Amino acid sequence: MDVFSDPRNLDATVSGFLWILKLTGASAVLALVLGVLLAAMRVSPIPVLRLFGAAWVNIFRNTPLTLIIFFCYFGLYSTLGLTLSEDLVRNIYWLGVVGLSTYTAAFVCEAVRSGINTVPPGQAEAARAIGLTFAQTLRIVVLPQAGRAVVAPLGSILIALCKNSTIVGTIGLMESSSVMKDLINSYGNAGILIFAVFAGVFALLLIPTGYFFGWLANRLAVRR
Amino acid sequence: MRITRVVAVAAAAALSFTVAACGGDDGDSSGGSSASGIIGKAESSKKLIIGVKSDQPGLGLQTGSTYEGFDVEIGKIIAKGLGVEESGIEWKTTTTPNREPFIQQGTVDLVVATYTINDERKQKISFAGPYYVAGQDLLVKADNTDITGPESLAGKKVCSVSGSTPAKRIQTDYPQAQLQLFDAYTKCLPLLENGQVDAVTTDDIILAGYAAQDQYAGKFKVVGKPFSSEPYGIGLKKEDAAGCKKINEILAAAAADGSYKAAWEKTLGKSGAPAPTLDTSKLTHCPA
Amino acid sequence: MSNTTSVLYDHPGPRARIRNRILTVVFGVAILALLWWIYRRFDEAGQWDGNLWRPFGETTTWTQFILSGLRATLFAAAAGMALSLAFGVVFSVGRLSDHWWIRIPCGAVVEFFRAVPLLLMIFFIFYAVPFLIKAPVSAFWAVVIGLTLYNGSVLAEAFRAGIRAVPRGQSEAAYALGMRKTLVMRHILVPQAARSMLPVIVSQLVVLLKDTALGYIVAYPELLQRGVNDLSANFGNVVAAAIVVALIYIVINSLLTLLAGWLGRQGQGPRAPKAGEATQPSAPSKAADEGAVATA
Repeated sequence: MDVFSDPRNLDATVSGFLWILKLTGASAVLALVLGVLLAAMRVSPIPVLRLFGAAWVNIFRNTPLTLIIFFCYFGLYSTLGLTLSEDLVRNIYWLGVVGLSTYTAAFVCEAVRSGINTVPPGQAEAARAIGLTFAQTLRIVVLPQAGRAVVAPLGSILIALCKNSTIVGTIGLMESSSVMKDLINSYGNAGILIFAVFAGVFALLLIPTGYFFGWLANRLAVRR
Repeated sequence: MRITRVVAVAAAAALSFTVAACGGDDGDSSGGSSASGIIGKAESSKKLIIGVKSDQPGLGLQTGSTYEGFDVEIGKIIAKGLGVEESGIEWKTTTTPNREPFIQQGTVDLVVATYTINDERKQKISFAGPYYVAGQDLLVKADNTDITGPESLAGKKVCSVSGSTPAKRIQTDYPQAQLQLFDAYTKCLPLLENGQVDAVTTDDIILAGYAAQDQYAGKFKVVGKPFSSEPYGIGLKKEDAAGCKKINEILAAAAADGSYKAAWEKTLGKSGAPAPTLDTSKLTHCPA
Repeated sequence: MSNTTSVLYDHPGPRARIRNRILTVVFGVAILALLWWIYRRFDEAGQWDGNLWRPFGETTTWTQFILSGLRATLFAAAAGMALSLAFGVVFSVGRLSDHWWIRIPCGAVVEFFRAVPLLLMIFFIFYAVPFLIKAPVSAFWAVVIGLTLYNGSVLAEAFRAGIRAVPRGQSEAAYALGMRKTLVMRHILVPQAARSMLPVIVSQLVVLLKDTALGYIVAYPELLQRGVNDLSANFGNVVAAAIVVALIYIVINSLLTLLAGWLGRQGQGPRAPKAGEATQPSAPSKAADEGAVATA
């Protein structure tokens, strides 16, 4: 049971989780922005935008994330020549962020869209009646109210994103799942302990996050 | 409490499934005596499960429903020596990180999968062989001149498979190289072709197999300065000393009667490489 | 059901129509240009080379690699779906139990398995559990059990939301008829919850199907492993193979999603929503909305 007393293993474990946090942080911001934009496109008056939004959601929501990350590496980087950083590891990291945000944005978009549907139509009609444009209606009246309704689903999406970021390991980032894999391979008999530590850290991070979003959603909920 | 119960139920389901799938395998608690080792299993059931690689051209490649390559031929020789027909062999894909667990857990009886004999692995399993000695080398583009060996890797991007011996060697001995890791070598090759990595590293024999594929013919070359010695062994359960010795006898016999050479000619030898000689004096890794 | 998205903008007047048309053209051209550029770059990189795509014209490629992988994927997905639905029902009912010694363990299990990445779980079941139970776990069961524990936990939460969204009057009426708690659950609450949560359930099943792709980590011969890794080892066409496999996933999952949408419309038959709207206007749909994206 001396797996974690070896400082190298401990370092690897810590840096594995740091990668997870960094991936989650950057992708969460990008996916939120992208997802709201996509949702706006999907409810906009312009058919091409609606089509684009729908295509995005249907393509990326239905493809395994492993494949999306794979395409970020072999499509965007290897074939299209998109280099996001000269450093090999940073480059993998950013490619992973692109893949995670692309995928997660599809889910954010659908959450926001169903959030828009929880806003009573009277609100949008009133906004139009006082002469607001589509963009203004959305920005000033609908989205702020929809935002309260989507807190809970967005929380679930964030948690899923954090867990999904382990998949970036497939293109060579030494994040926590890759570290766990290596450790179990070297210390097979301590497999239970190693899993307990890694799963425990995820549980400690994510269960409170879940409860926090539940609490926040309740607090912000619009009473109608 | 609940968790263990769920796991136990799940495990029971898994157990019943695998036992049903493996037929007459009578468990793993009694690996000590020769009758219940691999010799005993081969005698009683006339069946063997052999783990091989599925993605290494020339060594172990899954082509549709069958496997082909040098490792596969070696597997057939051993099965024959143990009295198992070719139809009694069940081939199973193993990957670099799952070979020891597969043997320890009894998922496979033997592993013939470019499996380097080393002390770390000997703690968990035992090795018959070696039946071939490879060496870690580098695969570069055919027109590359600046990579001449591992010393010239500083600052270069090198592709390999996570958890493999070659990857670990680069990490510890040549830390200045930037390492790109995937789960399979097949993913390294398009990167090498596009110039996004400067070299692919693993054992020379594996690299030669990839370089000889139609798709990449003439595009790559193996540098040709092996910087390690990788004796390929046949992995089996740690306790099975008798089985290990028996396999060594089979290998020695195969070297003498020409079937070892035939196995080479049929696979890697097709590219013109001369058949290696099997040094029977080195078959000394079995546990006492 | 009234729909906010349909009242967000006026019917366009002449000026708006022109503006919309311009935006359509500009955006359309931009997208086409991007697609063209991608096509050109793939061409320059030789990715449309006939040799890379020729294998897909041969039946053996399909029968031995892609279809055999697809069969393994569907097989694991089907087993995972059946087991996780059962798991979901059992643990959602358990979490709503009146006895704390059932409620709390069930809650802990559900919360734990929702928080642990599937990749870790499958890996653990495959490599470490055999040391515990002293018997090998096949790749198939490692994948299926992993999928069941995770997706079952998510479904348990969806069912729970659905059960709680069933109008109180339903269970009260059942109790008034003299039904016991088990009977109320089985005949009144769970069926209605399952119906109102159908879209959520099916979208979670799409997630489950996609997640079978993680089976590559234990060398389960599913679509990704056979169609991309093994196929490209034979033909050296990793990108082409990945494109084909991605298309297959998209088609299958789109069909499932369409099914979800259709079931959703069927589920809104005359009875359920009317009853819901009368007492608690937005409860079922809100629960469904929350669940619909509690996935990924």
